[in-house]
Amino acid sequence: MDKIPKIWRDNLITYGMVIAIYAVMQILISFGLVSRLMQGLLVPLCIYVILAISLNLTVGILGELSLGHAGFMCLGAFAGAFFSKITVEAITFSPLRFFLAIVIGAVVAGFFGFLIGMPVLRFRGDYLAIVTLAFGEIIKNVINALFVGLDDRGFHFSLSDRASLGLYEDGEVIINGAQGIIGTPQDSNFTVGIVLVLLTLFIVQNLIRSRDGRAIMSIRDNLIASESIGIHVTKYKLMAFSISAALAGVAGVLYSHNLNNVVASPRAFGYNMSIMILVFVVLGGIGNIRGSMIAAVVLTLLPEMMRGLDRYRMLIYAIVLIVMMLFNWSPQILAWREQHSIKDLIGRVRGRSRV
Amino acid sequence: MKMFKKVLSLCLVAVLSLSVLTACGNNDSDVFKIGGIGPLSGGAAIYGIAVRNGAQIAVDEINAAGGINGVQIEFNMQDDEHDAEKAVNAYNSLKDWGMQILMGTVTSTPCVAVGVHSSADNLFQITPSASSANVVKDNDNIFQICFNDPNQGYGSAQYIGQIGVMGNDGSLVTNVAIIYDSSDVYSSGLYDTFIKEAANQPFNIVATEAFTESSNTDFSVQLQKAKDAGAQLIFLPLYYKEASLILAQAAAIDYNPVFFGGDGLDGILTVENFNTGLAEGVILLTPFIASSADAKTQAFVSEYERLHGEIPNQFAAGAYDAIYVIKAAIEHSGATHTMSVSELGDALKVAVTQISINGLTGENMTWLPTGEVNKAPKAMVIVNGIYVEL
Repeated sequence: MDKIPKIWRDNLITYGMVIAIYAVMQILISFGLVSRLMQGLLVPLCIYVILAISLNLTVGILGELSLGHAGFMCLGAFAGAFFSKITVEAITFSPLRFFLAIVIGAVVAGFFGFLIGMPVLRFRGDYLAIVTLAFGEIIKNVINALFVGLDDRGFHFSLSDRASLGLYEDGEVIINGAQGIIGTPQDSNFTVGIVLVLLTLFIVQNLIRSRDGRAIMSIRDNLIASESIGIHVTKYKLMAFSISAALAGVAGVLYSHNLNNVVASPRAFGYNMSIMILVFVVLGGIGNIRGSMIAAVVLTLLPEMMRGLDRYRMLIYAIVLIVMMLFNWSPQILAWREQHSIKDLIGRVRGRSRV
Repeated sequence: MKMFKKVLSLCLVAVLSLSVLTACGNNDSDVFKIGGIGPLSGGAAIYGIAVRNGAQIAVDEINAAGGINGVQIEFNMQDDEHDAEKAVNAYNSLKDWGMQILMGTVTSTPCVAVGVHSSADNLFQITPSASSANVVKDNDNIFQICFNDPNQGYGSAQYIGQIGVMGNDGSLVTNVAIIYDSSDVYSSGLYDTFIKEAANQPFNIVATEAFTESSNTDFSVQLQKAKDAGAQLIFLPLYYKEASLILAQAAAIDYNPVFFGGDGLDGILTVENFNTGLAEGVILLTPFIASSADAKTQAFVSEYERLHGEIPNQFAAGAYDAIYVIKAAIEHSGATHTMSVSELGDALKVAVTQISINGLTGENMTWLPTGEVNKAPKAMVIVNGIYVEL
């Protein structure tokens, strides 16, 4: 074990955790031991884990604040669902169709990440946070106003209402404004979700350990120093941000193929969702991939597991959030934890027994 | 420090993994288990809470009178925060509890998402208020208590065109403006069919003004445009919160058209700090009137007021009816609580098309096999602070 460098070992533990959880869940499901609620939560958990990892790339590794991650997820969700909806009869082999949908969702979200990053990432300061915040809201509102129909003559677009599409009788409305896309094929499942989590991990962890990743982290740590040694700052910032956006798009495709209908509602893709993903990252540890994955899982499961508490559910959830935040970040508690650490205690006991 | 963290996370993992494991799902209890799903927290919570309260009153009444064929009902309402994903979670958690019949969901988007799962389970589902046409489309196990959105938009256009509305200037309304929320499923659903049917009707649409959820507080621009276009009537396919603002802002610019809305306007008289005098003359198509002289309605309203201290809205009334529809369908089909979910679903979805119910939200309600309700729409006008049938 000692022969493997520590960095690799760390990565392998993360992969191992994901695979172990997958294996355990599959065994439990095959014995019928998993509740229906939990089975239904498996895909959403994968979605939030992917979102947490991808945002950690922007916030933790690149060191820029993004408040519009849900906007990229929204783009991916709609691009993927749109593709699946129009090809559901043409491509009957669903894994292939879903694969293509994922690629399209990732490309669309990544492209918009690139477009937004291009002007904004040239600046220093909090401009990315401001622009992504606006972007997330704009995307949501544009999709809510967008009508796309398909009939024999091809596609029809409108930004006013359904009637102005001028469809033939046999035409079909694909994106119906605020009513979104209905009838997306349900292609998401736990296995695909886990494969995508592993893929996301593979991309992000390898990026971090690569030459490019070290350049990205050097920008985070000291912009002037990295510029002085000839690192192309904008290029690396753009690279990290676009990859992060593309991965959010993948999560979006998974989302829209897990539900029958996808609507650009504030609850699903609004500002609060972006903040929720940011909370996963901050609670799990900025720059700590595994931590943010665990935070995403715990914070998604918690409100569902507390359904029995009825109306106190949200109150307790909020208290747990505050307690976790204090536990992880409050200086006094950090100092207290330092003094009362179990490792230390064991060490002291051992030391005494040696004497 | 690291160690401490590890122990803590191990404890967390242990607790979570315990909760993963299932309790046995078979219904060996001797009750009918009816589930409910709706927003009990968040922005749409008033609707979900009204449904929970209304349904609970019906359940208590039935249980006190001996239950359905002598079998008691257990009712469990879960929160979906008006979100599709959470609604599916709520559905799954109710299935774990042993739900046999679903009364819900309250809002449309979650209802469409839940519909896929309930129809896969062949579970009988009846929604008091999810009015989108997509709710019942392609699902033969889902039924609605409320009119669907297309019917409301169509009915409103027909009413203005055929029966006619007297404008406040003393002449029959011919110029109509629309203000609607383009980011809302209910509002845009009504708008779509209203516009479509308006083309066949003898009135003109002189202005259509949209707003979105993020700009739903200031309507002065939309109202000014409607005023300039000479609209005698403004169609408001909205919920009452926005409508109350529109009424107040129209009064502020001295604009006095007739306001006409769907069932979403029900509740406008209960908005806090709203001058109810402004709502005089507002016309709405609503299935339920709390001030009705009908004995059943009076009993329900006074019971609701006693328990919750407020006048029930149509969501509560719809939920009350939904529970009684379930009761009537079970009695008609002779189904028992020991049947499996799918057997119960098969029996009830046939039975519900064969019964006729006199409820709070309509006389002689019958259901089509598609899931749509068949009842006469009622147009109400607000006079002296109460609804009066037109």
